[in-house]
Amino acid sequence: MTQPLIQYEDVHKSFDDVEVLKGINLEVDPGEKISLIGPSGSGKTTIIRMLMTLEKPTSGLIKVDGTPLWHKEVNGKLVEADEKHLRKVRGDIGMVFQHFNLFPHMTILKNCTSAPINVQGVDKKVAEERAVEMLEKVGLGNKLDAYPAQLSGGQQQRVAIARSVVMRPKVMLFDEVTSALDPETVGEVLEVIRDIAKEGEMAMILVTHEMEFARDIADRIVFLESGKIAEEGKPLDILENPNSERLKTFLQRFRSNF
Amino acid sequence: MEGLDITLTVLIGSAIFGYSIAFIAGFGRLAKNVFIRKFTTVYIEIFRGTSLVVQLFWFFYVLPGLLGIELSSYMIGVITIGMNYGAYMSEVVRGSILAVPKGQYEAATALNMSRFQRMRFVILPQAIRMMLPEFGNYLIQMLKATSLVSIISMADITYVGLLYRDANTSEGVAVFTMLLVIYFIIALPLIYITRRLERWASKGVATE
Repeated sequence: MTQPLIQYEDVHKSFDDVEVLKGINLEVDPGEKISLIGPSGSGKTTIIRMLMTLEKPTSGLIKVDGTPLWHKEVNGKLVEADEKHLRKVRGDIGMVFQHFNLFPHMTILKNCTSAPINVQGVDKKVAEERAVEMLEKVGLGNKLDAYPAQLSGGQQQRVAIARSVVMRPKVMLFDEVTSALDPETVGEVLEVIRDIAKEGEMAMILVTHEMEFARDIADRIVFLESGKIAEEGKPLDILENPNSERLKTFLQRFRSNF
Repeated sequence: MEGLDITLTVLIGSAIFGYSIAFIAGFGRLAKNVFIRKFTTVYIEIFRGTSLVVQLFWFFYVLPGLLGIELSSYMIGVITIGMNYGAYMSEVVRGSILAVPKGQYEAATALNMSRFQRMRFVILPQAIRMMLPEFGNYLIQMLKATSLVSIISMADITYVGLLYRDANTSEGVAVFTMLLVIYFIIALPLIYITRRLERWASKGVATE
């Protein structure tokens, strides 16, 4: 039996008095692709933000490769993790954001080499080679010296994906990465994610509203409803034969949009 | 042109000291530690809330008497103007750092940068672009504030002008017009630099 790469154990999260996640149990295997779907406000984004250490769970455990992320063991007891521990564990995690969040003062190439060089200590030349290779793969090999503001949204998002991939994480998180894009550039970004997914080594958790894409790319679809996992399973089972009424209504709303 | 060297050296000293204080106090206000934060706030409010002239007198007359600290007039001028404008500029430092979009911190965290690396590679380069035009404005204001060191008997251009006027009372108009022109001529390159900085700053900043 292989050890799951990511484990959520009864994870709760409240913002002020509002409980957005009410006991999440989820496992992700190495290389597995998972799509998180569900109505807005159901807590999908919060699930992956906690894994990226951008939000702290209120209770419960999140493990990466068996190591607790938000806690560390001291004399057999789990205590709150410090910055050093967080850094050690989150090195295996990468994330692409809805609003790209490229560094505006750096060129495209620099965006993709700054962290490998400064965080991972990769040799500058090696980091640049890797970055160029990756940027060519996402179709932006001719924009190395451009600044983010000179690119379209779709291009910026492709850079953001490249920036994350060059860090060679074990799991990549995609937070509604096409929601802020013009409709005509959505396709090019999804294409890039598909290509990366095909290579297979990296696990992926995708929060998305693109149902067709979710089905194509995912090994498993997880449906979230009011802070709980309401249903999960193989894409075809979930999308074609939903069990619960809620999932049925949710999917219907999407179909009627087409 | 007598006194010009004093005006310029006081300006340069005050600027260097003031900018340093601005960064120290600006970071102090953002510190995790409550005591550092409180202490910095008290300093800033005291220096912003009282008059620069009174501060100069205080450092000149009260400090030696009270604490037995003897400083040269030059040091007193530089420290007082630097501390005073440093207090104002620390708010610029703090405001600019806070003005960098949250998404930038998050992206830097997602790339596993440490707190220091986030500041050094991502936040500060963007925040400084926002600070520079403001810093330029304050530099021009500091130039004008240097005229106050004449009251602690430093022979800057204002002091020299006043002496000359006292000796030749009929030439008051000429003397003050002359002073006006000199200050403006010194300010011109500063104004030009500030303009350039403004234009440069508008490039390469998050558009979100």
